[in-house]
Amino acid sequence: MSGDNGRHARRHGAVSRRAFLRRSSEISFAAAVTVTAGGALLNASEAWALDVKGLQPQTMKTLILVARDIYPHDKVPDRFYAIAMKSYDEKAAADPATKTQVESFIAGLDGAAGKGGYAGLGWESQRVALLRAVSNSPMFEAIRSGLVVSLYNQPEVWPIFGYEGESYSKGGYIKRGFDDIDWI
Amino acid sequence: MAAKFNQNDDSVVVIVGSGAGGGTLGNELAQKGINVVVLEAGERHEFSDFVNDEWASFTQLAWKDARTTSGSWRVSKNFPTLPAWIVKAVGGSTTHWAGASLRFQEHEFKTATSYGRIPGANLLDWPITLAELEPYYARAEEKMGVTRTGNRPGLPGNNNFKIMKAGADKLGYKECHTGNMAINSVERDDRNSCQQTGFCFQGCKWGAKWSTLYTEIPKGEATGKMEVRPQSHVAHIEHDASGKVTGVVYFDKDGKEQRQKARVVAVAGNSIESPRLLLNSASSKFQDGLANSSGQVGRNYMRHMTGSVYAVFDKPVHMYRGTTMAGIVRDESRLDPKRGFVGGYEMETLSLGLPFMAAFLDPGGWGREFTSALDGYSNMAGMWLVGEDLPQETNRVTLSSVKDQYGLPVADVHFDDHANDIAMRDHAYKQGAALYDAVGATRSFPTPPYPSTHNLGTNRMSANPRDGVVNKWGQTHDVKNLFVSDGSQFTSGGAENPTLTIVSLAIRQAEYIADQMKTKTI
Repeated sequence: MSGDNGRHARRHGAVSRRAFLRRSSEISFAAAVTVTAGGALLNASEAWALDVKGLQPQTMKTLILVARDIYPHDKVPDRFYAIAMKSYDEKAAADPATKTQVESFIAGLDGAAGKGGYAGLGWESQRVALLRAVSNSPMFEAIRSGLVVSLYNQPEVWPIFGYEGESYSKGGYIKRGFDDIDWI
Repeated sequence: MAAKFNQNDDSVVVIVGSGAGGGTLGNELAQKGINVVVLEAGERHEFSDFVNDEWASFTQLAWKDARTTSGSWRVSKNFPTLPAWIVKAVGGSTTHWAGASLRFQEHEFKTATSYGRIPGANLLDWPITLAELEPYYARAEEKMGVTRTGNRPGLPGNNNFKIMKAGADKLGYKECHTGNMAINSVERDDRNSCQQTGFCFQGCKWGAKWSTLYTEIPKGEATGKMEVRPQSHVAHIEHDASGKVTGVVYFDKDGKEQRQKARVVAVAGNSIESPRLLLNSASSKFQDGLANSSGQVGRNYMRHMTGSVYAVFDKPVHMYRGTTMAGIVRDESRLDPKRGFVGGYEMETLSLGLPFMAAFLDPGGWGREFTSALDGYSNMAGMWLVGEDLPQETNRVTLSSVKDQYGLPVADVHFDDHANDIAMRDHAYKQGAALYDAVGATRSFPTPPYPSTHNLGTNRMSANPRDGVVNKWGQTHDVKNLFVSDGSQFTSGGAENPTLTIVSLAIRQAEYIADQMKTKTI
């Protein structure tokens, strides 16, 4: 992801611990992720920006929110959902049929949501109700099943869940707490 | 000096598959001075090539060639093209397995006699008894270095085990320990001891877990009498006019058709590919498939009653740290129809990493009910319930209309639970949840069976040729120089993980094949 706002630029590899802070519950997703004048998505408090190439920026923003609503983890910052859905933008840029599919899926949700669109609905339960209504569709299932890998297989997401990942190079857990439970 | 046999050498024993059955049989025959060619469909990855990463390892090792599924089992709904999680690589599923090495119980060799007539179940006694197999069990345990057998110490208990043990004590279970594991608790057989790494399923990078890849196979190769050919995908078995097998046709790494002649052929491709191979070897003489006069090739497919229970506590567990399956409660493996089912089940510690937990905890599930479970990941403990499922004739491997990359029909795996399987699973879920409740779990999750890691029964042993495919030696009833050497021989599934029994049968079968060859009977 590129950081194109000079004041908040962060290289992907140098994200600070702020990125792991819970997104403030005071700020709704709609306000936390904004569309810049250049048509990119920006999350200032989490310090990331995402160039949007294939889809409408507002479509990409809604798609990221859909991803969070399918697999909501309050302690997982938006940027992991953005990374998880990035491939949809790339595919849409490469293939007009995909672009149409994704745009119309989001347009359907926006239409069902009424004024303000899907991202304008303030309650998660309202948005999930709309997702349930389309949960048998191939597009929903493709997004859901893709997220199982694209969200949960990001190594940087693992520490949020307390999963420590690769072990052999550290000598296994024989000296790193394989039997350190002290409360049972 | 590694052996290399001419493709026209019809004096060799050809073994299809290099896993627990094929790899062991190959080495045992080579040690007896018999020339062996092992044809393995997969590639050869040495244990230093393994990766501690669930999806990357799956890509490296898992069988992903096309299969289809049918029947009412949930695996068919959630994973329609992945009936099984097994391996396509030298070493077979012994690269991926957890190492649990349990002997079958005496009554499990006599399920028709012990369980009586059960509607819908195609029960049959094995043509061998526990007593006959015991000397081979002992030799297999010695070969594999099984802990808590011989004088081999048990592995230490990890966090996941400690919770299991505390819960087992509360429930009054009497037989709970860190398992009979084919994993070095001390350095042994020129291999490292277990470093509690937690990626057993992804291949042991220390070589501490027994796998034919770095035990039987190099030992066999060192005799100069065993050749392992990777990327050699056997397509069908050929026979002459008298019905004797004469060799196999296989596709090499460039997709070119090759032929290897043989004096004897042993099929050890695991329980989906082995019957598929026999069915794809149909000819004018064997119209229903090679060695299929009984019609039982592919039938009686068993995958064990399985399920998992994961439980969340309010303090950290880190269940993924350490040997994945070194923990067992054996009390429920007994035969006790008062519980509402025949057969029994083992309760074994299990852990998945976060990526696989997301995929398998509740396949298809989404929303907060699902994610709040995953949020408790580092406070989770888990167990796998593995029990005896009943053979049904309608649970079977057949040839699909789908064709693979070589134009051959792929296997379809059809499965429906038997009522006994369901009753056993429900009981097991309750007991697993009760165990974790007893030590303070805040939530527990019954998890459905994964794509099958235990696949059994599809070329089963029988005394009478009309009831099965092979005799007590794994020799097909119809063709004297054709053998089956993997878990598809199993007449019953028992409650126990199958690998120790597969290895024991292979050691015994090698003696028989060597004797038959020496007396020129085959």
